[in-house]
Amino acid sequence: MPNLLAKGRLARWSGVAGVSLVTLTTMAGTVLAAAAEHAPNAAHGGEHASGGLPQLNPANFPTQIFWLALTFGVLYYLMSKKALPRVAEVLEARQERISRDLAKAAQLKEEAEAVLAQVEQSLAGARAEALTLIGQTSAEIESNTQSRQAALTADLAARLTAAEASIASAKDQAIANIRTTSADIARDIASRLAGVEVDAAQAEAAVAAVIEERR
Amino acid sequence: MDPLHQFQINPLFQIVLGGYDVSFTNSALFMVVSVALIYALLVVGMANKSMVPGRLQSLAEMAYEFVAGLVRDNAGHDAKPYFPFVFSVFMFVLVGNMIGMIPYTFTFTSHIIVTFALAATVFVFVTILALLKHGLHFFSFFMPHGAPVALAPILIPIEVISYVMRPVSLSIRLFANMMAGHTMLKVFAGFTVLMISGLGALGFVTGLVPLAINIALTGFEFLVAFLQAYVFSILTCLYIRDALELH
Repeated sequence: MPNLLAKGRLARWSGVAGVSLVTLTTMAGTVLAAAAEHAPNAAHGGEHASGGLPQLNPANFPTQIFWLALTFGVLYYLMSKKALPRVAEVLEARQERISRDLAKAAQLKEEAEAVLAQVEQSLAGARAEALTLIGQTSAEIESNTQSRQAALTADLAARLTAAEASIASAKDQAIANIRTTSADIARDIASRLAGVEVDAAQAEAAVAAVIEERR
Repeated sequence: MDPLHQFQINPLFQIVLGGYDVSFTNSALFMVVSVALIYALLVVGMANKSMVPGRLQSLAEMAYEFVAGLVRDNAGHDAKPYFPFVFSVFMFVLVGNMIGMIPYTFTFTSHIIVTFALAATVFVFVTILALLKHGLHFFSFFMPHGAPVALAPILIPIEVISYVMRPVSLSIRLFANMMAGHTMLKVFAGFTVLMISGLGALGFVTGLVPLAINIALTGFEFLVAFLQAYVFSILTCLYIRDALELH
C-alpha cells in the first residue's frame, strides 16, 4: 500500500475529522443541554431510583460525548500521525525487500542461464572441433593406407613379374638344356646302337621337331 | 441482580466544564483504556520493525491489512487518505466491544449516546467530505440517476430521509447489539444464581442449564463484538465511497 498516508492529504483530512468532531460535540451539547433542562431530576438521584435504562438518562450524555470526542480525537491523531505511518513503513519496506529479492533472483537466474548457454556453446564448439579433427585424421590414415597399399601392390606385382620372368627363362633354359641333352643322348644312342654318327645340328633339329610335335 | 446495572455510569472524578457535567466516569475510563490498548498494540507491536514479524507485530499488521483491505474494497482507491479515520473507528469499536467481554468492565459501545456520537461523527465527516469534493453538485445525490423527473417529489424526500437516517441506523445497530447481548448474558447468569439460592442442592444441577447457555452466548457475543465493529466500519467505507463518487 504505497502512499496510503500521503502527508499533505492526511493533514487536510485530519482537519476535516477534527471539524466533524467539534461540530458534533457542539451540536450534541446544545441539544443535550436542552434535554437535561427538561429532566433535571434524572441527573444523579434518578440513576438508581428510576430503574430505567441508564443509556437513556440525558444527564450522562455530556460526559460521554466529551470523553468520546476527546479519546477518539486522540486516537485518530495517534493513529494517523504516529502508529499507522510506522506500520505502513514496515510493510512497504518488506514489500520492497521482497520485490528486490525477487528481482535479484531473476537477475541471478538470467546470469546462470547465460553461463549455461555459454558452456553449451563452447561444448558444442569443442565437439565440432573434435569431429573435424577425427575426420581429418581418419582421412589422413585412409590416404596413407591407400598409398602404402598401392606401393605394396606395385612392389608385389613387380616381384611377381620378375619371378615369372625368371621362371620363364629358367623354363626356356631347361627346355633348351633338354634339347641339347636329348640331342646328345639321341646321338649317343644312335652311335651306340646303330653306329651311325649323327650330325649335332641334325640331331638337334630332329629333337626339336619331336618336342614341337609333342607339345 | 439487575441486568441493566452493568450499564450504569459511575463518575470517578467530578469534572464540570462550562456548566456541563463532564465527569471522568467508568465509561470514560474504558474509552481511555481502549485508546491506550490500541496505541500500545501498534507502538509496542511495531517497535522492532522486523522484516519477519513476531506475534504482536503480526497482530498489528493484520489489523492494518484488514482495515486497509476493507477501505480498498469498499471505499475505492480514492479513499486512501481516509484510511486512518476508518482504522480509528474500527479499532475503537472493536476494542470497546472486546473489553466489554471481560467481566466487571464497562462496555461503552452499549450506550446509544456513544454509538450515536460516533455514527454522527462519521456522518458529518462524510457529508463535509462530499461537499468539499463536489460542492453544490453533492445535492444531486438525492435524485437517483435515470429516474423520471416526475418522480422527484417522491424520490428526493425518500433519499434525503434515508441519508439523514444513516447515523441513526448505524448507531442503533451497534448499541442494540451490544446492549442486548450483555443483558442476555447477565440474565442467564442471574438464572443460575437464582436457582442455586432458591432450589439449594438441586439448584447446582439445574443451574448448569443456563450456565451452559451462557457459555454458548459468550462465544456468540465475541462474534457479535467483532461483527458489529466490522459492520460499523464497512458502512463507514460505503458512505465514504458514496461521498467520493455520488453513485
